[in-house]
Amino acid sequence: MSGRRIAGPEIEKLIQLLARVPGLGPRSARRAALQMIKKKDQLMGPLAEALALVHERVVVCSICGNADTSDPCAICADPRRQTGTIIVVEEVADLWALERAAAMSNVLYHVLGGVLSPLDGIGPDDLSIASLIDRVQAGGVSEVILAVNATVEGQTTAHYITDRLSGFDLTVTRLAHGVPVGGELDYLDDGTLAAALKSRTKF
Amino acid sequence: MQWTDEGIVLGVRRHSESAVVLELMTVQHGRHLGLVRGGRSRRMQPVLQPGNRVAAEWRARLDEHLGTYTVEPLRHHAARLYGSAVGLYGLQALAAHLRLLPERDSHPRLFDMTALLVEHFEEPERALELFLRFELMLLDEMGFGLDLRQCAATGTTDELIYVSPKSGRAVNREAGEPWADKLLPLPAFLRESKQRADRASMQDAARLLIHFFERDVHGPRGKPPGPERQSFLEAAFRALNVHATL
Repeated sequence: MSGRRIAGPEIEKLIQLLARVPGLGPRSARRAALQMIKKKDQLMGPLAEALALVHERVVVCSICGNADTSDPCAICADPRRQTGTIIVVEEVADLWALERAAAMSNVLYHVLGGVLSPLDGIGPDDLSIASLIDRVQAGGVSEVILAVNATVEGQTTAHYITDRLSGFDLTVTRLAHGVPVGGELDYLDDGTLAAALKSRTKF
Repeated sequence: MQWTDEGIVLGVRRHSESAVVLELMTVQHGRHLGLVRGGRSRRMQPVLQPGNRVAAEWRARLDEHLGTYTVEPLRHHAARLYGSAVGLYGLQALAAHLRLLPERDSHPRLFDMTALLVEHFEEPERALELFLRFELMLLDEMGFGLDLRQCAATGTTDELIYVSPKSGRAVNREAGEPWADKLLPLPAFLRESKQRADRASMQDAARLLIHFFERDVHGPRGKPPGPERQSFLEAAFRALNVHATL
């Protein structure tokens, strides 16, 4: 192990901070920092400006929990989206993934901020379930789609929300579980195959 | 240090970007933790879901180290239970109970009971009965077992229908009559393994067992029981169309 510094403390700090970004380790953080130094004016300057601007303006939407630069967020403020369907997701990343897929247009979202996890001490009060109930109570919601991860914790959260919504006049649905597009049955795990067979549909 | 064993996944906790700390209930090594490198990969995530049965190999330089697991799937129970609220709440309740045990303490009886429960979580009536039997066994394994063999007052083995909330010992109908309002009802199925439980007796058993869990297990630790047990019992009784007062 070497304690030799290869760059000044400012650059070292930049590398250390970049290494905290998911997907980047110390080695790739060094490469990213070097690339920015090489392209100081074309890349580092605009990136620093963009980071400062987002840091200044980013807020969590008070309606759905999405991250945006306005409150309500662009999705909640869009008048074309008032169709009565809310997709419930665990994290903002899931919301962005569903928007990218564009499988359902004109829907609203609700970000829970995690899932129920006794092991990590996360209970219903730590998630934005109460605000989801408030949105439903306010009226105009006809369907809630539970788009949580296909994990035990995700599905437990889905059942908990379903229980909480049982008194309302709306449809609660969840995503299908089964064979992924391009998946070969031979390579699927037993659990996925069992789930796929269980939720088979008429051809 | 190295061993191989079978285990049931109780939970995983993220550790760095790609690894997880896996918590298993194993046959010979009790509740045991270990690091799984690549545990967050697309291949491993379906395997490391609570309730799944796995073959595990644990390695560490010293016995007191966390160590690393290599895991192969044996039975994928979790995916089967995704549609069942009783099953999912049951898995959480089961894991919460097993976390009351000290780590690396072997409890083969509890492992067998856990495995049986996981197999039957889709059937609310059977799951409820097995869960209550599991709780009785857990108290026993933790050193707080109830003595349901004979009457604490007379020594008789007939008509044992009460339990003393103080001593945890069974009491006969005649001997307990004057204190009936202070004694806890003893459901017959908790005494006899072959006796099937009815719905009323399962409510009695749930109330009886939580009394001793609160007094002997949660009380001394200064931590109230989590909501997992209650959620499971409510879901199971609801599935049986029983309005339970627990």
